Amino acid sequence: MTDDLRAPLAFTFMGILLTIVGFTQSWSVSLSIINLCIISSIMAIGVNLQWGYGGLFNAGVMGFTALGGLTAVLVSYDPVYEAWDKAGIGILISAIILILSITLILFAYRNISSPQFRNTSIILIIIVAILGINNFYGPSIDIIESINPAKTGFLGGLGLPIVFSWVIAAFVAGLVAWVIGRLTLRLRSDYLAIATLGISEIVIAIVKHEDWLSRGVKNVSGLDRPVPYEIELQQSEWFINLVERINYGTLDSLQTVSSRQDLLNDLIIVSSGVFVKLCYAGLFLSVLLLIFYLSHLALNSPWGRMLRAIRDNEEAASAMGKNIFAQHLQIFIIGSAIIGIAGAMLTTLDGQFTPGSYRPLRFTFIIWLMVIVGGSGNNLGSIFGGFFVWFIWIEAEPLSIGFMNLLASGFEYDNPIRMHLLGSAAHLRLFIMGLLLLLALRFMPRGVIPERIQKK
Amino acid sequence: MDNFELINALVLISNFVLIPALSYGSQLALATLSLTIIYGVLRFSNFAQADWMSFGTMTTILFTWYLQSLGITGGFLPTALIALPFAIIVTALFCLLIDRSVYSFYRKKKSPPIVLMIVSVGVMFILQAIVRFVIGPNDRKFFDGEKFIVHALDFKDYFGLSEGLTIKSTQLITLIVAIIAMVSLFYFLQRTKMGKSMRAYSNNEDLALLSGINPERVVLITWVIASALITTAGVLYGLDKSFKPFTYFNLLLPMFAAAIVGGIGSPIGAVIGGYVIAFSEITLTYAYKKFFIYLLPESLEPSGLMQILSTDYKFAISFIILVIVLIVRPTGIVRGKII
Repeated sequence: MTDDLRAPLAFTFMGILLTIVGFTQSWSVSLSIINLCIISSIMAIGVNLQWGYGGLFNAGVMGFTALGGLTAVLVSYDPVYEAWDKAGIGILISAIILILSITLILFAYRNISSPQFRNTSIILIIIVAILGINNFYGPSIDIIESINPAKTGFLGGLGLPIVFSWVIAAFVAGLVAWVIGRLTLRLRSDYLAIATLGISEIVIAIVKHEDWLSRGVKNVSGLDRPVPYEIELQQSEWFINLVERINYGTLDSLQTVSSRQDLLNDLIIVSSGVFVKLCYAGLFLSVLLLIFYLSHLALNSPWGRMLRAIRDNEEAASAMGKNIFAQHLQIFIIGSAIIGIAGAMLTTLDGQFTPGSYRPLRFTFIIWLMVIVGGSGNNLGSIFGGFFVWFIWIEAEPLSIGFMNLLASGFEYDNPIRMHLLGSAAHLRLFIMGLLLLLALRFMPRGVIPERIQKK
Repeated sequence: MDNFELINALVLISNFVLIPALSYGSQLALATLSLTIIYGVLRFSNFAQADWMSFGTMTTILFTWYLQSLGITGGFLPTALIALPFAIIVTALFCLLIDRSVYSFYRKKKSPPIVLMIVSVGVMFILQAIVRFVIGPNDRKFFDGEKFIVHALDFKDYFGLSEGLTIKSTQLITLIVAIIAMVSLFYFLQRTKMGKSMRAYSNNEDLALLSGINPERVVLITWVIASALITTAGVLYGLDKSFKPFTYFNLLLPMFAAAIVGGIGSPIGAVIGGYVIAFSEITLTYAYKKFFIYLLPESLEPSGLMQILSTDYKFAISFIILVIVLIVRPTGIVRGKII
């Protein structure tokens, strides 16, 4: 098979799989898989830029996703004025002390030459800062969390449309990536992996436990939606007419008016769900295409060639006068920003922010699997990987339950082995994922849609 | 009375900080030793380490149940200690199987360490699936035998103090087992021929090959030793607290942090790093209110909990130490290797 045919074949195959789900399960299921596939593809592109083009192992995808989700909440949720009035000042003062002390520490670290004096002054600054922050911070969060804790109990957000958060998420994730990159990119590749693994755990710890900021494990639900609500659609004239026109044939064949009306009502309820998902799919798809197009442009420019040169041979690129650290930092920030966008989109799709749901397997290692299966160094491959792996991840569950049923069919109904087999069906999907990764690495290390080697 | 206050404060600190940190540190040190040996000899960061620990502990639990069903128990010691050697053998065999079927391919191809690291992520998935499939994702306690060596109430009565000191038998067992394991490991590495060839191989692969060291043998011994260490660490941790696959998975970061802080690839560094991380985690998240109440006059007594960081941020501590070490001394406390 030539490499040119791989991409069309792969995507046709994916299309057939999704159509099969549409016919056998339902179109609604198929569309929700597609929506998450698109978001996964965007994350995979972010990781692919870092790994496939930059050669950087980011094991903290989960953290950047969660940052994106947090940004979505902070941008779109209405501000809780009462909390701001009573305790906003305390939080602001703590933030100012924090920023001031970090600046002072950096200043001391850079400008004081005597190591003894430098270290004592840094420790002094830290102690003063902790005391100062504790003085304002603790009481303020107690006040904030006591204001209507069942509904809000946090500061709320800016009350802007949620789509804005997609852009802001990119900046937030990029900023955090800048800090981590500055610290670790000069060191060996393993350190970046471990440091990003750590930062992602910290981000999750913060969103889980800082209730004043994110409501923590109490979750924030009822987020703003960029698409219409099902219930509004079901009541609007044009939508009813549209459904009626599409299903004209079926409706017309019915005899009585009442049965006709019943069917129409059912159809409207089903189609409103499908319509909302289609709207999301359209929005997400345009973001995906935009990111794909922009990265395509960037990677085929001199800048992209330089990146690949650095990836393939750092010493040679360095000898040609390229600043490797700066380029690594750039690509790390860009990739993380893209992951941040995807994180905000994910929270938008869910309509709620649930810090407890961020698990490294689901949000870091599955994304990695997508990049590797799809083909690192090729964004089209990452998109395919995003679709394919997410599809497997979703469909692995019914498949493994079916498989377990088959295995257990020889046992009697209340046999403990049968119960155990059925109960652990869910864990089989981890096994499938691991096997997929190992098989891909062994037999298809360049992925389904490999990187194109450009020849002049 | 003042003297008593001081003793009370000291007892309080040793009860809640020193003894727990010492036993957690020993467990972490053993786990980190395993990580660092894999890193030193096989030259990759093993992301499957934490789930490997779950696997070893799970095997031990299964053997423990089997022994208990036969009526064999350890008396006042936990039965798991009898099961441990069997579990180590099974875990090591399983590791060798994985090595033959997965890792050896990349080793022969001389793949860069980062590829092996990604491979270890795949192995992590599979180990996690196996552990959850066999024993389930829930919390399991498998401790039996005598629970306490020193009981808080007895201690209070005996010394007439208001603070009690509790020493759990698992804490003492941890310390003894860890010391035995570390001493024999260092003896093996420094004194025996095999240990020396392992160090030589880790130091310079090509030179080691030239001097006639059999690489496959070194790799085999490395897996066996690392399995023994990680299984022991997992069992001790599980006896002390409880066994839950997700909690074990979360130990991955402290392990990495300990390895880097101590100097990755250096066994001494791993031990130091393990204790550094454990002590900082516990000392920084302990609420010192009661401690200061004992020490300070009543007028100065603190009103808050006097906790430096909330316990929710245990992970953050290992990470912050990691970052500080990366900035100040990226090779770690004991100069580790740079690959």
